[in-house]
Amino acid sequence: MKFSAIAGGLAGGITLTLLTTTSSFAVTEIQWWHAMTGANNEVVETLSKEFNESQSDYKVVPVFKGTYPETLNAGIAAFRAGQAPHIMQVFDAGTGVMMGAEAAIKPVADVLSMGAKPFDKSQYLPGIVAYYSKPDGTMLSFPYNSSSPILYYNKDIFQKAGLDVNTPPKTWKEVWDAAKKIKTSGAAPCGFTSTWLTWIQTENFAAWNNVSYGTNENGIAGTDVELKINAPLFVKHFQELADLAKDGTFKYGGRTSEAKQLFLAGECGIMTESSGGLGDVVKSGMNFGNGMLPYDETAQGAPQNTTPGGASLWVFANKSDEEYKGVAAFFDFLSQTPIQARLHQVSGYLPVTLAAYEETKKSGFYDKNPARELPIKQMLEKAPTENSKGVRLVNLPQVRDIENEEFEKLLAGQQTAQQALDNAVSRGNAAIQQALGN
Amino acid sequence: MTPRVVFPNKLLPYLLVAPQLAITLIFFYWPASQALQQSLQREDPFGLKSQFVGLANFRKVLADPNYINALQVTVIFSVATAFVAMAVALLLAVQADKVVRGKGFYRTLMIWPYAVAPAIAGMLWLFLFSPSIGTFAVLMRNLGIAWDPLLNGNQAMALVVAAASWKQISYNFLFFVAGLQAIPKSLIEAAAIDGARETKRFWTIVFPLLAPTTFFLLVINTTYAFFDTFGIIHAVTGGGPGKATETLVYKVYNDGFVNLVLGDSAAQSVILMVIVIALTAVQFRYVERKVHYG
Repeated sequence: MKFSAIAGGLAGGITLTLLTTTSSFAVTEIQWWHAMTGANNEVVETLSKEFNESQSDYKVVPVFKGTYPETLNAGIAAFRAGQAPHIMQVFDAGTGVMMGAEAAIKPVADVLSMGAKPFDKSQYLPGIVAYYSKPDGTMLSFPYNSSSPILYYNKDIFQKAGLDVNTPPKTWKEVWDAAKKIKTSGAAPCGFTSTWLTWIQTENFAAWNNVSYGTNENGIAGTDVELKINAPLFVKHFQELADLAKDGTFKYGGRTSEAKQLFLAGECGIMTESSGGLGDVVKSGMNFGNGMLPYDETAQGAPQNTTPGGASLWVFANKSDEEYKGVAAFFDFLSQTPIQARLHQVSGYLPVTLAAYEETKKSGFYDKNPARELPIKQMLEKAPTENSKGVRLVNLPQVRDIENEEFEKLLAGQQTAQQALDNAVSRGNAAIQQALGN
Repeated sequence: MTPRVVFPNKLLPYLLVAPQLAITLIFFYWPASQALQQSLQREDPFGLKSQFVGLANFRKVLADPNYINALQVTVIFSVATAFVAMAVALLLAVQADKVVRGKGFYRTLMIWPYAVAPAIAGMLWLFLFSPSIGTFAVLMRNLGIAWDPLLNGNQAMALVVAAASWKQISYNFLFFVAGLQAIPKSLIEAAAIDGARETKRFWTIVFPLLAPTTFFLLVINTTYAFFDTFGIIHAVTGGGPGKATETLVYKVYNDGFVNLVLGDSAAQSVILMVIVIALTAVQFRYVERKVHYG
């Protein structure tokens, strides 16, 4: 019955029932499903412990559920089986999926209103909160770990290549030039690499250069979206990447954050990566510098602003008022300025509240760690345009997969950038329409 | 014809097969019927609203060029994996059979990889051949081979075939060794006396007499390549680059659990069920006729 593995995998996975222990004590248990590993997992455990010790009415129980997509799937399966957790961490690309399921979730704004303190949306960072809100402004999920892509460069390699170690490249053209110099001088086998070609080189590329990713404000204003990523600026950018890939000046690492290894191993001199990846780079002990995400020098008004990535916390529907009060108490706890400031300074993720940002600024933390302020500056220095509020699609994980497949064929030399992006647009549009049920 | 055996007890036989039946019902028929039901519906991921769409999911899946691609990938992958796994195992079994001293030691070593979980095997191969850090990747680069399975589809395919075969070789080896032991030594000795050399003896005596084992392993290896290799593909390539290593099973997973298109995914698993039933039926009906059970 090998076959049952697959038929069972599909149907069984959906009806998967989870063994949840129902506590008979007066303490209300709050289940928190998350996808954090390593150092970030320790943060989750510490926060839960501190919250549980700070009061005696509620008990937050964090449960690790695998990668981001696995956690999302586990939550969906549990919801279908009537066993949903209270809080689930959902990655940025899953935001549209959750928004599409209004009956399954309870907006965080409603949950926070049930708590002890009045809910004031204005104390949260606007750029982040806007992404996790409905078009009418209702905040749907709680931003837990937000990040933005920035530039990393290896100072030792820069030195060897004869580049100025104190001036990170600002534009893509400068990046290409520096990368070529690194390669030809033999300072490193590869000049430039990037994690997340979808999130960084496509979604954030659009926002940062103020070009449209898709119609309807990239899906923020409405779910019916037509992709625009085969516009000339995207084609130019990806053709340049593909040309550099031919002799290894640009090296592809993988679909998510695998390319970080190429940078940490000293194989590539420059990398674009999430600000959340800072911890690993610091840990490696390498001599590195940071810069803002590069922009295209031919784009009008660039740089505009980058958009938040990372993940937010969603609350499931159909729970008791007592449980929602517990969730609200926990979110209040997370919003406290000292906690937010500490989270931000330890993890490299962005602070969620303005007060935490101000506090960190005042403490002089950014003077010592200027890289930590880069993602915030990138996101906040300019008010977002219709191109730069973020990308939200009902099936963004699927569209990213499609983009990745086309990018891989491009970088393998099987098609031109124009063909790759045209294919991504037509396949992506078809997938969006299908997901909308049209 | 074998004589019909009659058991006097009416109830006992049913009781004895009941546990097996219960397992089959719970782990096969029930999920299979769920998949069948889901394949006729279009549903949102959370199951909030569903709609009966008849065979629309099947039409869409079969008209999708990516599905045809997955079919081709699966055929190439399965044939290559089954062939490599069986050929290497047979070679090793024949060689191990010749060993006089330390036979048990060699055999035990050969069987070890079977105990490795597919996902772990996948990770192992992934690390060995990872373009930037892999030991073998460096070796290959030094030999002048442009090794980059992250972008080169053929190399990625070779890598998953190698990993999948490696894991299955032990299993095949075990059966081939048992099969070899069952071949009467007198036959081989008689042929040797008649002047047949080793190669000749192998192809005219050993190989035909191994046919039942080979056939059994062919069925097992095909199903293995179809289904049990999911963990390896998931760990090593994730179906990429492009869609170069996306097999039918991987596509079921990807469409259902990553892309959350449940109707399509269910339709694909139903088609897969039909393919495997058909494949097994064909194997038993036509290939088995040629098998000599001695």
